[in-house]
Amino acid sequence: MKASLEIKDLSVSIGERPILKDFSLTINKGEIHALMGPNGTGKSTLAKALAGHPDYTVTGGQALMDGQDLLALSPEQRARWGLFMAFQYPLEIEGVSIANFIRAALQARLKEGEDFSAGDYYKELYAKMDALKMDRAFTARALNVGFSGGEKKRCEVLQMMMLKPAYALLDETDSGLDIDALRIVAEGVNALRGPDFGALVITHYQRLLDYIVPDFVHVMADGRIVKSGGKELALELEKHGYEGIAQA
Amino acid sequence: MQTPDDSALNLDREKGNFSYDVDYAYDAGVGLSEKTIDYISEVKKEAQWIRKFRHDALKIFNEKPLPLNWAPKDIQNVEFDKIRYYLSQGQMPSRDWEDVPDKIKETFERLGVPEQERKFLAGVEAQFDSESAYSRMKEELAKQGVIFMGSTEALREHPEIFRPWFGKVIPVDDNKFSALNSAVFSGGSFIYVPKGVKVKQPLQAYFRINAESFGQFERTLIIADEGAEVTYMEGCTAPRFETSTLHSAVVELVALKGAKIQYITVQNWSNNVFNLVTKRGWAEEDAQVRWIDCNIGSRLTMKYPAVVLNGKRARGEVTSIALANTGQVQDTGAKMIHLADETTSNVVSKSISVGTGRATYRGLTHMKPGLKGCKSNVVCDALLINTNSRTDTYPAINITGDKHFVQHEASVSKVNAEQIFYMRQRGIGEKEALSLSVNGFINELARQFPMEYSVELKRLIEMEMEGSVG
Ligand SMILES: Nc1ncnc2c1ncn2[C@@H]1O[C@H](COP(=O)(O)OP(=O)(O)OP(=O)(O)O)[C@@H](O)[C@H]1O
Ligand SMILES: [Mg+2]
Repeated sequence: MKASLEIKDLSVSIGERPILKDFSLTINKGEIHALMGPNGTGKSTLAKALAGHPDYTVTGGQALMDGQDLLALSPEQRARWGLFMAFQYPLEIEGVSIANFIRAALQARLKEGEDFSAGDYYKELYAKMDALKMDRAFTARALNVGFSGGEKKRCEVLQMMMLKPAYALLDETDSGLDIDALRIVAEGVNALRGPDFGALVITHYQRLLDYIVPDFVHVMADGRIVKSGGKELALELEKHGYEGIAQA
Repeated sequence: MQTPDDSALNLDREKGNFSYDVDYAYDAGVGLSEKTIDYISEVKKEAQWIRKFRHDALKIFNEKPLPLNWAPKDIQNVEFDKIRYYLSQGQMPSRDWEDVPDKIKETFERLGVPEQERKFLAGVEAQFDSESAYSRMKEELAKQGVIFMGSTEALREHPEIFRPWFGKVIPVDDNKFSALNSAVFSGGSFIYVPKGVKVKQPLQAYFRINAESFGQFERTLIIADEGAEVTYMEGCTAPRFETSTLHSAVVELVALKGAKIQYITVQNWSNNVFNLVTKRGWAEEDAQVRWIDCNIGSRLTMKYPAVVLNGKRARGEVTSIALANTGQVQDTGAKMIHLADETTSNVVSKSISVGTGRATYRGLTHMKPGLKGCKSNVVCDALLINTNSRTDTYPAINITGDKHFVQHEASVSKVNAEQIFYMRQRGIGEKEALSLSVNGFINELARQFPMEYSVELKRLIEMEMEGSVG
């Protein structure tokens, strides 16, 4: 079995409109890939299609997670198998507290006969919140309701840390974060870094990559990757912009 | 964190979906006429005044039109001439489950009623179609003078207590369905709690429809004498038949000076039941009447619990939760009639509409001119799950004078496909995602219920959501 998230010639449409065109990328466990590219090129589309959003139709290609066909599964099955997506625009869920929400997500992963300990759960939740410098009072608040942009992003990372995915797709988790928050959130991601974790970090800013140092950087244009390289590619982009890269 | 033990209350939607072939010794046949009423009166060996009360009511029922100017259109589909108005095995309410006829006993065992009785109730009455099959109250309550029995026995044995209030809080001609119930009523609970007696544990009635094309018309009258306190709970189920079933109850509550009555309903009707119920409480000076009303299931429910605040400082409350799933209409609300100074009313209504389900709030707050120091608070929150749902709020506020404190709030929230996807991306299944949202929406309210009932409510909602995902 291959320990990787392998995307092969993936084509995705929204309605009649093709967005991803034969997109290919392999993320091995232990690797962090950064994905950059102009607005509207299909970065979020890639993440949502992998997560199984019902509006995104896969018209061709494959996505394999550790050798298994990801696209055959329901969104919740993909999640339980270890795929996590931090949303570019996290949704507000009225009436459901953060604590109850994450607990429900964890309980959905329990195997038959497995127990859930509320005591251990809260201990861990509080520890992670402390690490992310989130006030414990947040646990009782309705999920994302009335949260500031930065608070929502922190809450995405909190969920990721609690659910411990094998593969994470982080869609502009740095947008809307102040400098301190950026560092804290990056530390959260770095804490998961290791041989059992692979990630795709979608961002517009090289700054994030100073904190989460990627193994690879990819540039996307019009639904596919047009250039790949090491972390220096992000610096180059910062200097010359997308136009410069496309010409190079 | 508290995780209540819910093993005793597994009355889920599916659990109620069974029926037994029962030989009915008494059957008034199909349709409604003077003869039907004479038949019922004879079976019950009723006093002449009750027979006359029924006949007068039938006339009013026949004369009164359906409220088509405002009611949901489906009400036209009640086929009064295809319903069976009285069915019983001729059983007398037994005080021992062992003496209850087998099939009836099995029914209530499957619904968990004897178990609940042992666990937390002060008394139970179990009605099977038209008549009560079991009725028992704790010994010490009887010693204190508490009366808890079916309508037939109560009117026969204690007319001096019940007759003065019978049909007074809800006059026969209040509406077409109160007239219908008055004509053919059978079963229900009559309760009297003497002065100063506080009944600690709830009394419970369980209404079970077993027969197809049947109408259940129970009649309940609860009188709490001065300073008395009582909590009454009712549960209802019916099997899922092809044809529709009618449930049309009349419930009258009388809280005399300083008395407190709390009336809790958790209704879990199958989708073929027309549930058209009239409920009203009467509160004298310093008395309190509280309706807690949870409406799940049924084809059409029309129910607007009311409190008449007749004495100074009386307090009326309606707390209601309605869940209208695809194909269902929940037309519910509350009426508060302020007739005395410094009276308070509080209405909190939460409705959930799923798919093509439709929940409507219809309320009325009335304050008699010339009063002072009254308070009224109405909060209506609606949750819409998916785009086909709709909800309407019709709060009628009829208040003159400015010496009052009046407040009305309404909100609508939605659970849309994006939110459901977000939850699913975390590994939460579609059904759980919906029940999380719904439970979150009603949580604060359900917490005020007795624990046994909030646990049951939660389970019922989970079962209901299961059927609503595509
Ligand atoms: N639900 C949708 N319906 C219609 N068009 C959509 C939908 N979602 C995305 N699109 C379109 O698909 C294209 C790709 O969008 P996507 O969100 O994937 O871009 P992105 O690369 O993430 O951009 P950004 O950097 O601005 O986040 C855009 O043109 C967008 O307008
Ligand atoms: Mg995007």
